[in-house]
Amino acid sequence: MKNFLPLIILAVLALAPLLGLSSYLMHILIIFIMWSVIGMAWNLLGGYCGQVSFGHAAFFGVGAYTAGMLYHHFGASPWWGLPLSVLAVALVSLVIGFIVLRLRGPYFALATLSMGEVLRVASENLVGFTQGDLGILIQQRTWVDKMPYYYIILAIAAVTFFLVKKVIESKLGYYFVAIREDQDAAESLGINTTFYKTVALCLSAVLTGVAGAFYTNYMGYIDPKIAFALHDISIVTIMVVMVGGVATFWGPVVGAVIMVLLAEVVRSIPQLGAAHQTLFGVLLIVIIIFLPNGITGDFGKLKKLFKLGRASS
Amino acid sequence: MSAAQVEVLLQTLIAGLLLGGLYALIGIGMTIIMGVMKIINLAHGELMMVAMYIAYWLFALFHIDPYLSVFVAAPVLFLLGVGLQKFLITPVLKVDSILPENQVILTVGIGMVLANMATLFFKSDYRSVPVDYASKAFYLTDYWKDAPIELSLSFPWSVSFLIALIITALLWFFLTKTDTGKSVRATAQDLHAALLMGVNVNRMRMLSFGLGAGLVGAAGCLFIPIYYLYPALGGQFTLIAFVITILGGLGSTVGAIIGGLILGIFESMTATYMGMGWAPVGRFVIFVAALIFLPGGVASLLRKKRLGR
Amino acid sequence: MSLLEVNNVSMFFGGLAAINGVSFSVNKGEILGLIGPNGAGKTTLFNVANGFYQPSKGEVIFRGERISGLKPHQICRRGIARTFQVVKPLQRMTVLDNVIASAFLRAKSKAQAEAVAIETLKFTALYDDRMVISKGLPLGKRKRLEIARALATNPEMLLLDESFAGLNPSELNESIEIIKKIKEKGITIMIIEHHMKVIMSISDRIVVLNYGEKIAEGTPHEIGNNPLVIEAYLGEAQHA
Repeated sequence: MKNFLPLIILAVLALAPLLGLSSYLMHILIIFIMWSVIGMAWNLLGGYCGQVSFGHAAFFGVGAYTAGMLYHHFGASPWWGLPLSVLAVALVSLVIGFIVLRLRGPYFALATLSMGEVLRVASENLVGFTQGDLGILIQQRTWVDKMPYYYIILAIAAVTFFLVKKVIESKLGYYFVAIREDQDAAESLGINTTFYKTVALCLSAVLTGVAGAFYTNYMGYIDPKIAFALHDISIVTIMVVMVGGVATFWGPVVGAVIMVLLAEVVRSIPQLGAAHQTLFGVLLIVIIIFLPNGITGDFGKLKKLFKLGRASS
Repeated sequence: MSAAQVEVLLQTLIAGLLLGGLYALIGIGMTIIMGVMKIINLAHGELMMVAMYIAYWLFALFHIDPYLSVFVAAPVLFLLGVGLQKFLITPVLKVDSILPENQVILTVGIGMVLANMATLFFKSDYRSVPVDYASKAFYLTDYWKDAPIELSLSFPWSVSFLIALIITALLWFFLTKTDTGKSVRATAQDLHAALLMGVNVNRMRMLSFGLGAGLVGAAGCLFIPIYYLYPALGGQFTLIAFVITILGGLGSTVGAIIGGLILGIFESMTATYMGMGWAPVGRFVIFVAALIFLPGGVASLLRKKRLGR
Repeated sequence: MSLLEVNNVSMFFGGLAAINGVSFSVNKGEILGLIGPNGAGKTTLFNVANGFYQPSKGEVIFRGERISGLKPHQICRRGIARTFQVVKPLQRMTVLDNVIASAFLRAKSKAQAEAVAIETLKFTALYDDRMVISKGLPLGKRKRLEIARALATNPEMLLLDESFAGLNPSELNESIEIIKKIKEKGITIMIIEHHMKVIMSISDRIVVLNYGEKIAEGTPHEIGNNPLVIEAYLGEAQHA
């Protein structure tokens, strides 16, 4: 039964729109699925390989701008951005990786944060390329109806899920975890840690970039503060995975559901609206202290907290 | 070089030095926290922001000069730091999780809460403290009638710089001459040795975080006469603190001072010769370059010199 | 026939020499003990041999080829595997998965890696614990797991760093048995150890370091009677 869970969930999600959901609900679902993709991508590098990136907005943004600039400079359909972002983001990730992967732990975190911010400031200043703060607007939306967008992002998510699963269950997965647990021991056991960290980074970046390219096509407008956002993308990504459960297959999906729901709930209550960062901050603090392995990771703890399951002495 | 060019260069260097002195204070706070507690505090800038709001309201409501606010804000920040350490950070250090970067993420959460609460209470308007000496300055030609160039030294900048100097001197005295200060340094150098010597490591941790917070709080008050205030300004100062800490070398106060001065001069030069927009990029570039090429910071260079190699 | 040659190796940190002009060889098939007071430079020597440090001076030769300057994973590929003093297995994975991870170095497929892992676990008497999450293992078994992980890379030479520290007498005996079995397989061993009785009983030869320099080399009997060695250890006891 457990083996079929992914397929069951995929089937449920594939059939959901046929129930005739409102445009608003479709939007929420699309956003949730997009965040699942980003979360699963980050989890590969951060949760499994232990390299905690605070700058995934860099990859999201490059993907988003690949699509945007293709449209703006060449008049091409921004959908070409999806395949092209794979190339663009892969290259960027190799450059960034070359610089930051030699750093460990918190220094890696800070360096990746810097990378995201450098790209943001660069895209704000290089107005010739990116239109700077003016942003890029896609004049004609491909579809008015949300369904086609939904199925595209669902397909991307399905590919991401199965790709991550395949990788983790293979030699790569073992090596990633070995690197996470003790990089020096992994090196001594013949693992080329630089190479495998680069693979993890590249894979994680490319998947995130594709999500970014999708975002440009779906939302129709990007600017540096949106595409390279530190808090709204890099940090939310971390939250999605930490709340849901690091280093688990379903963690990022669970986390995406929760974060998107939370954001919507907060947005709809006028008094709470402006306080959403406070709530997120508090949530982050609470998760870090009480459920550091997220809801899926610390499910046992969670059950005890609510006194569900068998009562222990 | 023409007189005008020399003037611009000297003026830039002076501005950089004054800025560097203030930056150093921010950096020292962080290097103590990182050195003693091995904790990356991504909420450092937000702590400074809190102090600045305290100074702002003391001026707006009670007309208390920002320089006097140091005596209020620094202790308040100290207590805030101790509180954060005791109730949030210590529990996280004990938690068993897959990713060791938890405490970094914790401080991100703290920073988010502080910044957002400031926005809620104070709105995101830019505020400034219009002290009457804000535009006062010392001019070279007032003292040297026949000077070939004109140089000006802004009064608030100079006072802030001097006070920063005094605070740094007091800190140096505390760390080297008092028992508590020496215990802090001992804990920074070797945790286990300090434990064996009977140092109450937990107390040292709280003290260090409080100290770091207090220092950055003082720096905030010194910044308020020359800068404007808004809830989101924490981020850039956190970055500045990091650049200085890494540049100077973890846990080294001398390194932080030198790092602060270097960064101040560097930023001043980029602002004059390249334009303001690129300043953050410059910081990041120095930051990453220092992480990669000089991981021990300036302090490691000094140490090598001392050992004669 | 010498398998590993340490030629005049020095390692400087800042201004201090952790090891200074150390030379010795490890012969194929032997167990070489590396002893010395704390801070003598033993682990530093391992770090040089293993590739974590590039020697400031001198070189390390393995099977006639220069390996100093290579990265640790390259050195492992060539046949030197190493354990660490502070044992850190892949905590949230099972014992079996821990060894499978190492076995991937030589294995062409997951099935093959698993087969190698199971064989290695049987060899190190951990087969019954293969499904245990390694976090829950007692120290003795964790140290054996560390050895198993190294063995799964099919090494020609094993560098063991304090594999006997902190073990109780029965764990000690089990580990000694395994070391003997490893030697029977033809694997050369260099071992750092503070446990004098153990090292005297299993080593074919011993090298003694003190303050970063080699002060003696010879059979356990010769070393046990060497006045320099005795002074090095007694001297340490006197200042303690």
